[in-house]
Order: sequence, then C-alpha cells, then structure tokens
Amino acid sequence: MQFTVNGQRREVDVDIRTSLLDLLREHLALTGSKKGCDHGQCGACTVLVNGRRINSCLSLAVMHQDDEIVTVEGLGDPERLHPMQAAFVAHDGYQCGYCTPGQICSAVGMLGEVAAGWGSHVSPDLAAPELSTEEIAERMSGNVCRCAAYPNIRAAIAEVAEDGGLEAAPEPRRQEALA
Amino acid sequence: MMFGFGEDNVTLTMDKPQPVSRLDTTVQGLVGTGVERVDGPAKVSGRATYAAEYRIDDVAYGVLVGAGIGKGKVVSIDADAVKSLPGVIDVVTDYDTFIRVSQQGGETEAPTQGVRDVEYFGEIVAIVLGETYEAARDAALRLPIDYETEEGVFAFSMEAERDGDLPPNNTPAQSAQGDVEAAMAKAAVTIDATYTTPSQNSAAMEPHASLAMWGEDGSLTLYGAYQMPTSDAQQLADALGLSKSKVRIVSRYIGGGFGSKLGIAPESVAAAVAAKRLGRPVKAVMMRQQVFDATVRRSNTSQRMRLAATADGRLTAIGHETTASNLSTEDYFEPAGISTHFLYAGENRLISHDLVRVNWLLSGSMRAPGEAVGLLGLECAMDELAEALALDPIELRIRNDPGRDPEKDVPFSSRALKEALRHGADHFGWDRRQAAGTRREGDWLVGMGVASAARANILMKGSAKVALDPDGTATVTSAMTDIGTGSYTILAQIAADMLGLPLDRVRVELGDTNHVPSGGSGGSWGAASSGSAVYLAAQALRAKLAKAMGVEEEELTLKDGQAIGANRQVALAELLDGKPIEAVGTIDKGAQEKLTTQASYGAHFAEVAVDVVTGEVRVRRMLGVFAAGRILNQQTARSQCLGGMTFGIGGALHEELMHDARTGKLVNRDLAEYHVPVNADVPDLEVIFLPERDIHANPIHAKGIGELGICGAGAAVANAIYNATGVRIRDFPITLDKLLPHLPAM
Repeated sequence: MQFTVNGQRREVDVDIRTSLLDLLREHLALTGSKKGCDHGQCGACTVLVNGRRINSCLSLAVMHQDDEIVTVEGLGDPERLHPMQAAFVAHDGYQCGYCTPGQICSAVGMLGEVAAGWGSHVSPDLAAPELSTEEIAERMSGNVCRCAAYPNIRAAIAEVAEDGGLEAAPEPRRQEALA
Repeated sequence: MMFGFGEDNVTLTMDKPQPVSRLDTTVQGLVGTGVERVDGPAKVSGRATYAAEYRIDDVAYGVLVGAGIGKGKVVSIDADAVKSLPGVIDVVTDYDTFIRVSQQGGETEAPTQGVRDVEYFGEIVAIVLGETYEAARDAALRLPIDYETEEGVFAFSMEAERDGDLPPNNTPAQSAQGDVEAAMAKAAVTIDATYTTPSQNSAAMEPHASLAMWGEDGSLTLYGAYQMPTSDAQQLADALGLSKSKVRIVSRYIGGGFGSKLGIAPESVAAAVAAKRLGRPVKAVMMRQQVFDATVRRSNTSQRMRLAATADGRLTAIGHETTASNLSTEDYFEPAGISTHFLYAGENRLISHDLVRVNWLLSGSMRAPGEAVGLLGLECAMDELAEALALDPIELRIRNDPGRDPEKDVPFSSRALKEALRHGADHFGWDRRQAAGTRREGDWLVGMGVASAARANILMKGSAKVALDPDGTATVTSAMTDIGTGSYTILAQIAADMLGLPLDRVRVELGDTNHVPSGGSGGSWGAASSGSAVYLAAQALRAKLAKAMGVEEEELTLKDGQAIGANRQVALAELLDGKPIEAVGTIDKGAQEKLTTQASYGAHFAEVAVDVVTGEVRVRRMLGVFAAGRILNQQTARSQCLGGMTFGIGGALHEELMHDARTGKLVNRDLAEYHVPVNADVPDLEVIFLPERDIHANPIHAKGIGELGICGAGAAVANAIYNATGVRIRDFPITLDKLLPHLPAM
C-alpha cells in the first residue's frame, strides 16, 4: 500500500493487523508518536491524517491508502521547531515528554477544527466557536498528561493561536462515509 | 569543607551544616531562573529516545502473559499450541527466575522470584516471542495455560488479622509517646474519625519497557524505563545470577515514573531470559492493562484519626493508626503516618502501621508514599477539629506549629509552614471564605479549603563526573535520570554557574550505568542529591582553575568562559592549555539527617464548586505556596508542583483501583476506567515559592520538591468540598454518588 508520511511518498507491505501507530513506530522508525495505552484512551499516539487529528493506535495501517499523514517529526525538528513545538518548550508544556508529541499534533489539529467552525460541548455558539481557555481545555481532554502540564499546555496553545496559528492550522478534511 | 579522597574524587558526607554555598556568589546567573529545558527541543520534536525506541537489528518482539487466576499454581503452559502460528518464534518461561513482583526502590537484591506459584491475578508467567509484534500478541492472547486454583484473600477487611510487626519503611511501623487514650478522655474537644483511601496506580504515560541484549562476554545491556539505574542493575544482576558489573541499564529518557519504575519490573527479567534463550535481542513492552495488573499499586489505607485539643485549640494528642495491604511475602507498608510525626505539636502521640495480607498485586511507592494519603487523613481531621473548635483552620495550624520536632526533640533544618499558610491566605483571599454550606451561586455550592503540605527531605548517596574540555565546554555524566523532573536542565545550570559557562557550553549525559553511580530519581531526592554531586565535582575543578590562576578558589570569578582573579582575565581554553580536567563529586548522607528534622513545607488552598443537583465537583482554582530551600529552576520546579497538585485533585476526586472481590483482578485496568485528571479537570493552578535556604540538607541548600505538591493537595480539595456543602466525606475519592444523598433538598 502507499501513502504519504511527512511529505514523503511511502510504499509498504504491511500485516493487516498492524495499527497505524505500530506501522510508524516499528516499520518506519518514526517513534515520535507514542504508545501509551494502545486503546485510544490517552492520546499519546495522536497524528494528523489529511489534516485531522486521530488516535493512530485505533486505526489499522491498511485503512490509509493514499492518505497524507503528518507526525510530530514532520511538524519540525530540533533546529527548526514548528511554532507549536516552540511554544511547548517556552511554556514548559510537558515534563517527561511522553505524551508531548500527541499533545502537539492534537493541538495543531484542534486549531484547525476551531478555524473550520466545528463546535464543542462547551461552545456558547456551536456554529461559531471561539478559542477560550475553556475551549482549549475541553478540546484537549483526549490527551492525558500524567505529569499534568495542563495549564502550561493551554498557555502554549493560546499563544500559538494568538500569533496567527489559528489561521495557519491545517484544514481538517472530514472522513468520507464508508460505503 | 571536608574532602574525602584526593582532589579528583571529592566526597562530602553531610555530617555538618554547610553555611556557605558557592552558588550564592557565582555570577553566570542561571541557577534559580526559569531557563527552558535543555532537552526540550528533542522532546517536542519526537527525537527523544525512550526505552522501546532504540533501533536494534534482529530484535524479537516479546509479549508478556499474565496469570488468569488470583491464587494457585501454574500446572502447564501449552507452548506447542501457539508455536506453529505464523511469525511466532517461541514461548519462554522460567518458573524459578522470572520475578513475581516488581522490586521496591533502592533495594540491591532481586525481588521475590518464582512464578510457578500465582499470588495475584495477572502475575507475569510467560513471554511469547514473535518476529513481529502482531504475531507475538496474537499468540500471547491464545496461549493455553492450565492452573490449579487455591483459596485466596481477595477482599480487604479490617476484621482480618493484621500484621503490625514490620520492619521500618522510612518511618517506624509503630511509635507511641505519652497516653493518647487518657488525653482524649479529658480533652475539651476531640475528633475520632476513620478515613479510607483506595488502591491507586502511578499510570505514567510510558508503559514499562525493556529491550534486552546479551554480549558475547555474557554481559547484559538493557534499555529500560527505570528511575534508579544503579540499584536497578544490581537487582537485575541478582535476579539473573550475574555479577553487577555484567549488567548495564540505559534509561536516557523515561516517560514518567511516579514511583512505579523505582525497582525492576517483571518485563525486565522476562526480556533478559528470553533474549538469552533466543540468542537475539528481545523487546518487551507491557500493555497498559499489564502495567495496572502486574507492576505496583499504592496501597489502599484505612486511617483512624484521633485529635484531642484544649478549648483554645492546642493539641494535646494525635493518634494516626493506619492499615494498608500487601502480599504475604512483602513487608512494604504504606507509611501513611510519616509526616504526622513532626507536623504538629501535641504531647501524646500514637502513630502505627499495620498490614492486611491480600492476594492483590504488590503495593509499593507511588508519588509521596505516605504523605499523599496520610495527609488526607491528618489534614481533613485538622479541618474537622477547627470546625469543632469554631476556629479558623489556618489559625489552628499556626497555634500547633512546634518549634522543634515534637518526638525527636531536635530542631527543624528549615520550616516555613506558618509563612506559607499566611502568605497563601492573603494571596488567595481566604478572608472571603464563608461558613460551611452558605455560599451558593445558582446550582453551585461554593467553598474554600486549606491544608498544610509537608514532605520529608531525603538525601541519597550519588556521584557525578564533570569534565572541562580544552575548548571550554563542560560535560556532566552520571547514572542519574530525568523522569520529567528537569534533571538534565538543573544539572546543566549548576555546572554552568559553577564553571562560568553559558548553558549551551554544558552537555549533560544521564541514565546509563556506565557513568558514575547515582541514587537516581525518586522520593524527591534527585535534584538535591545529584545537584550536590555536580556542585562538588565542579568545586574541585574550580580549585584546579584557581591554582592555575594563582588565586584562592573563593577569589576566582568564572563567567562566560573567562577566568577572572588577581586583576587578570584569562579564557578557560587558554588556562587549560590543551589539557582536559575532570573530577567526580560524591554526596552522602551524614549526621545532619539525625541532628535535624528535614522536610519541605507548604500550604494548599482550593476553591471548589459542587453542583447541588448532580453532586459534580469542579475545582475552580488552587494555590500552592511552597518553601523547599533553593529553587534551582523556577519553571521546572513550578511544573513539578503543578503535577503534584493535580495528583492531589486525582486522589481527592477521581482515582480508585477496584479489586474484584472474587479473584483480586483489577476491574478498571486501563486509562478509560481508572480516571486520572484530564485537561478540563484542572483549572489554572497558581504556585508561589517562598525564598529559603537549607544549610543542613546539602551544599546547594535545596530540598525536595517533586512530591511536595501532592502532599495535602487532596485534603485542601476535600476541605473545600466540606466548606461548600457542609458534607464530610471520609471515603476517597469523593465521587458524586457519595455526596448526593447528603446535599440539600431541591
């Protein structure tokens, strides 16, 4: 099967049981995406697929023919950090670092959802959400951080959003309904 | 300063106070600021390498198999039933060598070995090896195992026989002073209440993982997720019958520990045995459910709190009788009374620890073992006493602040509890707190709570090597770890300040037993212990540089790679003249820990809202005011406190492991059903550090901070719930079902 990872076209032969997360970590040496629970409960494996954040542990690799996948490695590297990565460093939005790649991918995807006008449980106006602290907390609650950097994570995301990150966020493409 | 060995190996044993710290006079100016983590760019870009992420050729994937019974024996494991599945290499077990439980932190011997006997549900009995993870996992799930089941003890009961004759665990199991019964009988006001707390799991985000490979010389290298590599390597060597020099553990990045990775866990020995059997490297990563089932839990506790006071709120007696649980072979008890020994005055004292023996997984250290749950009992009881006395709970605590340790009759090394309570009260707006159950905003009942924070300060023996290269860069190496606490950063700051180097001229390499030994990370001792080791090594290098400059060490100024003294300024590179210098610093505990009582202190303030219709509790804001000696890095220290306070919220409101009373099996063994606080549960928490130096603790005058934030935090939340509702729930966590029957009628 073929797909794009961090802008590179990849072709792999993969076991149908292999999750997208295990494909990235064990076959493509992209260990930035973390396995925390393997059950979609912690968010450490969050990656962007076609601009939309998903738990890569809950998705089989074979479902991603022709998809565009972006992992934390694709957002930036230590010498050229993505604004969200730099903001996490500046605000200490992590401690052990294990949930961090998932938090960052999730945050980037989340800003795209807000920019696209997707409402949440706490949006006063479901059709026109605004990025309040409460919105960030609600929308980031699928990413568990046991070190509990939550206030710092919110500060990092808010700063990126204010600095134009909201407009620059990827447009999430809705999954087409399965035939 | 007493130097032990020659000038290249410097040992300081803390027998005497260290009133002078060079960190107060260095001029590079990094220690005490909030510089960003030096490992930050690697972490946020996914380049930091955790145990399971090393690329090793020819690695076999190992998936562990846990026992499907709660007590009994393994009769047989039918390996042949799965070996023919595609991609399966083998099924390995070793009934004698596999470890039955994780080891406790700092032990130098193997934990209890032998897995023919099953003592708890999920005990790791085999490892299935595959060419791929998928093949191994499939076979592990299908592996047929025959058991002989036996009667076990699967429920905790205070009626069960208790085992009170236990070896000490950072605190004696039993201690008594005066007569609590008599003091209770004649006191003006008394409290006699029992608090219960459930089993909990550290739930670090990175599951336990080991990647084991053997060398041709019979040595073992294990990439593992371990907090204390030096003693972990000793445990692993003992378990495998090797000399400790044959075992190397590498733990450069660890995805959180919180106590669960202090000692070796079952995956390490299983991976090592399997790698030996297969003759190739084996990677074994625990599934999240196995982390819950078969690593370590914080014990449940039952705590009878008795307080007796005069009418004006002077304590005359404190009783803290605690019962925890553990396996019959394990003596570790949750030291829930540890800070009750010294937190408040009171002549008559009784602090005890008993164990009920159960067939549940091992209980051991989880963040602030002792205080985290013990202060739920003590600090809620103090709140109850304040209420009974009609006295402000802050004033009650201040009135009972002892001038000296009330049991040992020695001074406190430093103690800013009163200051923290007063500062916090002003900052939080404590004067706006109303009588219990009287503040209502729509459907929300709103209240404020307070609790003291205290965490014993521990120094652990450990070393660090600092090398100064001819190009004017320094390298710090140690078997110390960074489990998210900021070790890489604070050690770089200390070395940089001591040697007068910009931060980017210092490299720190940790988490490898090939480096000099260290006490690692745990018990909040990491920063102060390893920081002192770096300080001592750097101090020795300063002495050498001073000698080269022809000045006394205290007259030498080092800044931005320049040595300044005797009206001369010389670049370090020039002064070194092409020759590297290095020194090993070692810190060790000494008489000071007996001559003074050492602890970090603070005060927690919480404001909560309780929905009068649903009983839902929302923490609205929290403030922690802490004094922990020198704060080495404002930002990483603050983050440690945020994490601790959030653990406190979890303990008060969310976290509870449930054991099936029929088998001991954990019912809620994943992150969907074991509830840790998520982003929306945690409001913006405020942290304030009070300036303090502790000259009895170590030469850098810092005390532990990693666990201080959790100590008392849950009690502040619980006390705020009482203030909001007038309802006292003594069974943690305080979930809505417990509150609902007591809330006012609609």
